[in-house]
Amino acid sequence: MRSRFIGSLLGASLASLTLPALAADAVSDGVVKVGILNDLSGIYSDFTGRGSAAAAQIAIDEMGGKVLGAPVELIAADHQNKPDIAANLAREWFDQGKVDMIADFPTSSTALAVMEIAKQKNRVTMLSAAVAMAAITDKCSPLNAQWMTDTYALAAGTAKALLKTGRKTWYFVTADYTFGHSLEKDAASVVEAEGGKVLGVSRHPFPGGDFSSFMLKAQASGAQVIALANAGSDTINAVKQAAEYGIGRTDKQVIAPLLMYITDVKSLGLAKAQDMYLTEAFYWDYDDRSRAFAEKFFAKMKRMPSASQAAVYSATLNYLKAIQAAGTDEAGAVMAKLRSMTIDDAVIRNGHLRADGALVHDMLLLQVKKPSESKRDWDFYNVRAVLKGEDVFPKPSDACPLNAKG
Amino acid sequence: MDITFQGFMAQLTIGLIGGCFYAMLSMGLAIIFGLLNIINFTHGAQFMMAAFLAWIGLTQLGPWLGYPDFQINFWVALVLAPLCVALFGMAIERSLLRRLYHLDHLYGLLLTFGVALVMEGGFRYAFGVSGQGYEPPEILQGPVDVGFMLLPKYRVFVVFASLLICFATWYLFERTKLGAYLRAGTENPRLLQAFGINVPVMITLTYGFGVALAGIAGVLAAPIMQVTPLMGGSLLNIVFAVVVIGGLGSILGSMMTGLALGLIEGLTKVVYPEASTVVVFVIMALALLVRPAGLFGREV
Amino acid sequence: MSTTFKIFLALCAAALVVPFVPGLIYPVFVMKVMCYGLFACAFNLLLGFTGLVSFAHAAFLGSAGYVTGALMIRFGAHPLGMPAALAAGVAAAALVGFAIGGLAIRRRGIYFAMITLALSQIVYFLAVQFRWTGGEDGLQGIPRGSLLGLDLSSDTTMYYVTLALFAAGFLFVDRVVHSPFGQILQAVRDNEARATSLGYDTGRFKLIAFVLSAGVAGYAGALKALVFQLVSLNDVSLHTSTEVVLMTLLGGVGTIFGPLVGAALVVGLQNYLATIGDLVTVVIGLIFIVCVSFFRRGFVGEFLHLRRRRAERATRRPALRPEPETAPAAEPA
Repeated sequence: MRSRFIGSLLGASLASLTLPALAADAVSDGVVKVGILNDLSGIYSDFTGRGSAAAAQIAIDEMGGKVLGAPVELIAADHQNKPDIAANLAREWFDQGKVDMIADFPTSSTALAVMEIAKQKNRVTMLSAAVAMAAITDKCSPLNAQWMTDTYALAAGTAKALLKTGRKTWYFVTADYTFGHSLEKDAASVVEAEGGKVLGVSRHPFPGGDFSSFMLKAQASGAQVIALANAGSDTINAVKQAAEYGIGRTDKQVIAPLLMYITDVKSLGLAKAQDMYLTEAFYWDYDDRSRAFAEKFFAKMKRMPSASQAAVYSATLNYLKAIQAAGTDEAGAVMAKLRSMTIDDAVIRNGHLRADGALVHDMLLLQVKKPSESKRDWDFYNVRAVLKGEDVFPKPSDACPLNAKG
Repeated sequence: MDITFQGFMAQLTIGLIGGCFYAMLSMGLAIIFGLLNIINFTHGAQFMMAAFLAWIGLTQLGPWLGYPDFQINFWVALVLAPLCVALFGMAIERSLLRRLYHLDHLYGLLLTFGVALVMEGGFRYAFGVSGQGYEPPEILQGPVDVGFMLLPKYRVFVVFASLLICFATWYLFERTKLGAYLRAGTENPRLLQAFGINVPVMITLTYGFGVALAGIAGVLAAPIMQVTPLMGGSLLNIVFAVVVIGGLGSILGSMMTGLALGLIEGLTKVVYPEASTVVVFVIMALALLVRPAGLFGREV
Repeated sequence: MSTTFKIFLALCAAALVVPFVPGLIYPVFVMKVMCYGLFACAFNLLLGFTGLVSFAHAAFLGSAGYVTGALMIRFGAHPLGMPAALAAGVAAAALVGFAIGGLAIRRRGIYFAMITLALSQIVYFLAVQFRWTGGEDGLQGIPRGSLLGLDLSSDTTMYYVTLALFAAGFLFVDRVVHSPFGQILQAVRDNEARATSLGYDTGRFKLIAFVLSAGVAGYAGALKALVFQLVSLNDVSLHTSTEVVLMTLLGGVGTIFGPLVGAALVVGLQNYLATIGDLVTVVIGLIFIVCVSFFRRGFVGEFLHLRRRRAERATRRPALRPEPETAPAAEPA
């Protein structure tokens, strides 16, 4: 380990002194290898899956398939949402597969497991799908970047925007596990800080089947906002069943999903999802640059990229750029370079990477279009506001030791 | 607990709706177990398959065939989808399950488990995981005022339809000659054979019937739950507990237990929603302590 | 020296060499196989030698993992931390086994299996609810601590310690199976009524077997927590419980080495399938179907069967009665 580290340091200093032709020496094993570890077969495969690998490939192609004269390779695998499979694969990739960076991770348990191993093996992780706060608080790592967003930014973005429209009373329907609690806590803290009031909470088991009971309680509370602190099929079923009972269809009471992917909206259909507010890190139809990337993606996958898939593209692209700029693929040097760069590409705007691994960048407040407004498939959102990163991302936490020395 | 009487009744009604699904599913399991001595792990996947078939019929089949306007509506699907699923089930029974009857129950269970995995994986591969929406027929859209709450018409329909189906099934098995044969088949198949009844065919048809019940439940669930490949799996765990509580030996027992547990789950959602799934398992543990043979069961 | 022991020594000898040729087999993979191998042996102790089908074994694997992991995170630095945490994990699993087994043995056959399934859901629920289990994030970065002054943080040291602990666990299971107690268990499996009529309290024997099996599963889970330095909800999920069934079935129910072979196959398959993706569930399902329909003896069982056949043919003695099924007869139909 140490000899590799010294070797790459030597390589780095050589590369900075000599001609670029020698630069390939600066790359460990003579190749930069990017690993995509996610869910290809399970419940998270729609917004990550094969699309994430395709997005990474687009980034690699844009860099010309080479960095510092060394070829860039891509490897993808299915961790089947099992942390021990993820850990096993990651160890093997690091020890024997020449992999330098692993990205994606749709579940927090796989992300945290691989972060730990990457720290031991001096490699980089980039969480483009995991949104757990633990990754940038008590479990933070100097070699990790949470590239898309976190639960706080999602919750705070939507909460602030709705409070601004005068909706002060809230009711939470929360999935009863860490992720749901975290969304609820973060949104509730914003609501209370800005003079709003939380009228009640219903915690449902995960996965929950019938949400009508919780939605009726939420309706009866008279809250102006019914916030859904859950994800995936739970959110979809809650919205669908609320529509069945006619809940949240008036201006007096709205439903706000705190985490919703574009694939969820696709599944629900605009008729049921219309008018809801949500926060996302990326929407393909935002501007010309995002559209250009999305069209490339569409050509490969026949669907538009989810925010997670887009974040894989951005993470890979900037990782490779940082290697180029640092003159080495040594993890610490690359991370230092990433922290000093301004991240600005088709996906991430005005981004800068913090010491704790949070990528602070502009988020989008979106509102789901009415069926009549949508001109084509995947034309789902109106962009209502661009939320400045400083306003929505959490303050650096004391729980992360990396924040202490600043 | 600051809940009004109306709110209480509303929650109870919602629990009843859940109970209807438990009842239909556990009856199907009980019928299959009664004659085949097999726990049908495929039940959840068959429930899911029927929902998917209904969705395919309504939204996909027309475009596939090149007639975009062609649709199989809800009412037709309610008959056709369970029929298709039953035929599929009977094919599995004839080709695979049949070979295992002389062995331990375990093998039937594992086989049906394997089939469930293949079905779930296949649908997931073909249609993704986010799920598909299915609209109830127009006549059942919108709410109806039932006094203490506004209930979607469709849910009222589900309650009546499933109670009707449960009652009809009970009547068929407990009060008709055919039912008598079926029950005799569970006690002594050889003797029944001597009466000139083709027992293997009867077994196949019974399996098909049990599966069809899961299929009907699946189509009924399609407008309520998002149609996803995983919709059956999580439901099935609960239904297993229902079956243990009620005892597999009795059709009436499994139906009553299903309805009762739906109500209990509904009430738990009012008091301690976090535990609304696990409460079924806790009740199961308690029931086992009090009456090991199941509330309505007899030891097998 | 019995044949079993010889084969086992040969396997261990082969395993000793693995860290020297990392290019051939990845040592961490071998450690994973050893953990799951033990897990499957524990399951087989119940299914193969007692005739009980449990769908709760993940609950034992996981609860031991959680307890060991949580203790190591707090007391891992203590020189006795690792063995103590390991022992606590095993004890926790045995305790959970006692609770689940005590309820489940009130019913037989298929009911038994379904009760274990339902009760394991309660364990899963608790693992989500408790704070010390980390909810769905799980526990990461569990320190491996040290054993007899050996620092276990190096993969190679851990490898040999795992091998030694694995060997101890395996031999323990083998010992149980071949003890008088094991004979009684097999009598209960083959005909419970007869065992009862011979004066054995079969319920008690079943419960002891269940607790033993849970304890060994917990031992595997605690070891796995140390090897991978993580525990997650997946370890207590129904999915893991069915995986261990598949391992045992694929290797050979009621054979000594079957579970090991099965574990190696399933773990290898998972790694392989990881790169092809998409159809993992379908492939696993098909293996279940094929195994149950055409390959009930499993690899080891089939091998033993063929060898016995050949031996019989060599002595030209016709078999007196048809080959007994390797199927456990949980109860007379």
